[in-house]
Amino acid sequence: MLALYIRDVRLGIRAGGGALTGIIFFLAVVAVVPFGVGPDLNLLARIGPAMLWIAALLSVLLGLDRLFQADREDGSLDLLLIAGERHMTALTVFVKCLAHWTASVLPLVIAAPLLGLLMNMEPVAIGAAVLTLLAGTPAIIFIGAAGAAVAVALPRGGQLVSVLVLPLVIPVLIFGVSASYGAVTDPAPFGPPFLILCALTLFFAVIGPLAAAAALKWAAD
Amino acid sequence: MGVDAVRLIAEKLAGERGGEPVFAGVSFAAEQGQALAVTGENGTGKTTLLRIIAGLLPAAAGSVAFEGGGEAWPSAQAAAHFLGHQNGMKTALTVEENLRFWRDFNGEPHLEVDEALEMVGLGAIGHLPFGYLSTGQKRRAAIARLLVSYRPLWLLDEPTAGLDARSERQFKELMQAHLEDGGMILAATHLPLGLEGAGELRMGAVA
Repeated sequence: MLALYIRDVRLGIRAGGGALTGIIFFLAVVAVVPFGVGPDLNLLARIGPAMLWIAALLSVLLGLDRLFQADREDGSLDLLLIAGERHMTALTVFVKCLAHWTASVLPLVIAAPLLGLLMNMEPVAIGAAVLTLLAGTPAIIFIGAAGAAVAVALPRGGQLVSVLVLPLVIPVLIFGVSASYGAVTDPAPFGPPFLILCALTLFFAVIGPLAAAAALKWAAD
Repeated sequence: MGVDAVRLIAEKLAGERGGEPVFAGVSFAAEQGQALAVTGENGTGKTTLLRIIAGLLPAAAGSVAFEGGGEAWPSAQAAAHFLGHQNGMKTALTVEENLRFWRDFNGEPHLEVDEALEMVGLGAIGHLPFGYLSTGQKRRAAIARLLVSYRPLWLLDEPTAGLDARSERQFKELMQAHLEDGGMILAATHLPLGLEGAGELRMGAVA
């Protein structure tokens, strides 16, 4: 299993892995916002956490369709499924999700503080946004894995994955953004939405891989 | 390897592709040390049969049983190496990295990676990215995957596609060695396997 994790992280980082595409997309979306919204610093600071979250969500969705498709195209997916007796398929999916998160989402989280500066966010707000992204983005991957597994056999599955996954990740977005706001605006709390966000991640860490494993089993042909 | 008297038995197997029946009533048994060539025209379900045995497709009817494997090989799926049309290797990783991954992931380590590469005649290019290799070399690297971890049952789908005459002979020797080691081979092929005592399963005649 560690071997699978290392292989997938390596593939994500090497040329053609697609990890870089997500990061550049994230940078581009956030960097464009101040131009579109205008140089109102207060407004930028207010919408900053939300923009970081939406940009992160979109760039995660961008890379999701390759999660299983690349393995399917070169036949590795068959071999991973055949090994199901030795390594439970759901666990294989879970490890692939973790590797995907490490290679293509963790860099986004690390880049987020820099972009927070572009949005004129306070240090506390930046910290809160990074923390919520760290806790919440795995949930997006786990939900997305189920979508990617359903669409794995389809030639243009990418768009379908986004459409399938987007409604399901709305709660993650809501609690992620409200926790980030809770850290800076006074009456709103930080703790409860953040804990719900963590709970969502843990919940989908179980449900997502199981659903994806079932979908992959039936998609094999 | 501590496996005694393993048998692969398929009874009245039927397979379908996209709801269309491809074959029905296929029964066979393969003993330890036996090779079975699955032959037949295009579209008679050779690949479908192999994928059903590997557990990648559900059988429309009938059953596959793997006997005598004990705890190590409870089912045909657990006991099988599958070599399909695709090689299952990542083009961005080197040949060695690919093989080392499958060795670690599949468990039951057998040959070392460099030994296996030597066996298929790729000893000198293990450090190259898999994507740089020619079709035949890719196929040989995929064959090396069968050697780095041990499985008693080899399911081969057109194993010699893209191989030159010399590599084909080399592969035949590898298959022979696997059979003498107590393994089993089920190969879908258009060319004769050229193995001693290999049985033949003709698809298409029964449908």
